[in-house]
Amino acid sequence: MSSQFLQFLISGLTVGATYALAALGFTLIYSASNVINFAQGEFIMLGGMLTVYFTHAGLPLPVAVALAIAVPALVGMLVEKLAIEPAKGAEVVSLIIITIGASLVIRGVIQIWLGKGTFTFEPFTSGAPIVVGGAVLQWQCLWVLGVTAAIVVALWFFFRHTLAGKAILATSCNPVAAQLVGIDTKWVLLVSFALSAAMGAVGGILLTPLTMTSYDVGIMLGLKGFVAAVVGGLGSGLGALAGGLLVGIVEAMAAGYISSAYKDAVPFLLIFVILFFMPRGLFGAKVTERV
Amino acid sequence: MKRRGILLLGAILLLLPLLLPNAFYYDLAVRMAINAVVVLGLNLLIGFAGQISLGHAGFYGIGAYASAILPTQFGWHPLAALAAGAVAAAALAALVAKPIFRLRGHYLAMATLGLGIVITIVLKNEAAYTGGPDGMTVPPLVLFGFELSGEKQWYWVFAANLMFSVWACSNLMDSPFGRALRALHGSEVASQGAGVDVARYKMAIFVFSAFFASIMGSLAAHYIGFVTPNVADFSHSIELVTMVVVGGMASVLGSVVGAVLLTALPQALATFEGWETVAFGVILVLFMVVLPRGLVPTLAARFARR
Repeated sequence: MSSQFLQFLISGLTVGATYALAALGFTLIYSASNVINFAQGEFIMLGGMLTVYFTHAGLPLPVAVALAIAVPALVGMLVEKLAIEPAKGAEVVSLIIITIGASLVIRGVIQIWLGKGTFTFEPFTSGAPIVVGGAVLQWQCLWVLGVTAAIVVALWFFFRHTLAGKAILATSCNPVAAQLVGIDTKWVLLVSFALSAAMGAVGGILLTPLTMTSYDVGIMLGLKGFVAAVVGGLGSGLGALAGGLLVGIVEAMAAGYISSAYKDAVPFLLIFVILFFMPRGLFGAKVTERV
Repeated sequence: MKRRGILLLGAILLLLPLLLPNAFYYDLAVRMAINAVVVLGLNLLIGFAGQISLGHAGFYGIGAYASAILPTQFGWHPLAALAAGAVAAAALAALVAKPIFRLRGHYLAMATLGLGIVITIVLKNEAAYTGGPDGMTVPPLVLFGFELSGEKQWYWVFAANLMFSVWACSNLMDSPFGRALRALHGSEVASQGAGVDVARYKMAIFVFSAFFASIMGSLAAHYIGFVTPNVADFSHSIELVTMVVVGGMASVLGSVVGAVLLTALPQALATFEGWETVAFGVILVLFMVVLPRGLVPTLAARFARR
């Protein structure tokens, strides 16, 4: 394996981990409510931008990070309470439009509040990067991969072994039946939005020291997260993870070997290929629709 | 009701010039008419076929750049360039939609969104042809030795265009094709049972609306005389969707009303620098929650009840 290839692989995996976190967020909300949340990318942006804001305000990094996860989670719950819940029973097209509206509000407010500048903060761990097989591995990349892995394990545990997790799974299988056995489906929806937003924010925080952030990064990151979710098969957690890493790696390889100017176009070309040959995505379940 | 609506629109378009004090207002009226025609096409897709396109500005951009590049760099006649752009947009729409419409659900939103972004990236990167992010000038439209110029001449071009589109769309909706489309929105399975080829109809309406958008992109480019990749970008696509939602899904006159209101909105908000995005977002959410059917159908239902 050439060192160049390894280098592209590392950067692909790092960005891919962020896409995977966003894709998991999409999947979670989609499973709980059939809503495709186009505001997911704004939570990624909020994570990075709020960390920048809180550290500049003089707070120590751990506190800033905690706040930058908590605030987006709160915003996610607000979006659900103020916009999704009142439109209960609306068509999917309407729900998509609502989430687009919510994303515009979040992006616009941040643009007015924090400006159009590009920001970053210091990596979590300072120190010389590690050299592996001729490729440079920055400490922050390890943070990204490590935290993503930890979140995936935590999610697995949450859905397999806790009552709350099982309640969400039950709701995604059949909301009416879930309600009949006493699950508060409104609460499930609220928790899904909070969790998705928090996961998106974590991805945004981890990535910022590597790629910088600004008020408008959410559009691209969110869309690529969505591509990852569709590539993996909407509704599948494992698929979201695999899809995210795949999109990240393909994008990094294309940027390195073909053209960096067209890097952002790659995930969208990938989605056409996947939809054409594997319409249900990599891990999507076969579903039969009922009328 | 429908006939009266069209007559009323015609009367407004004829009398409006008496009220327009200067070129600025003519320009505003022209831009409203341009948006109205694109929104009409998009509304056929969203309102009638129940599918959403988040990349419609991309098709508009194809038309605009066809009319900019082909005449200046390859010496094409502007009308040939306009036609080539429209055909290219329609062909691209068909190519993208073919695999999508075999699937159920909302993959078209994703695919069109991706398409719009890819188109914008291409326009920004191929600077040798497109002038890159700074854009390029568009030659004036010359028809039979007569050069269209100035807001007043263009006003009549776009007014006529709008009248024709409104008339054509409302006729289309009353045709067997339109009935099939509406049935499809009601229940895909039921309409399939009644013999409607769902995938083909969705495809037809999507291609048709892309064709519409490209032609308007071409004409608008000639009118403004300059294009930048921004005409194709995501936020322009969202503006178009917002116009459909505000005016009313599946409403021909609603499309016109939505376009007029939201084209005027940025002018009204001009004093609140930066608040446009927030305003568009709040409007989208509010309309979907409070007036999910949009202005015109809600008002029409209220009057009908009396």
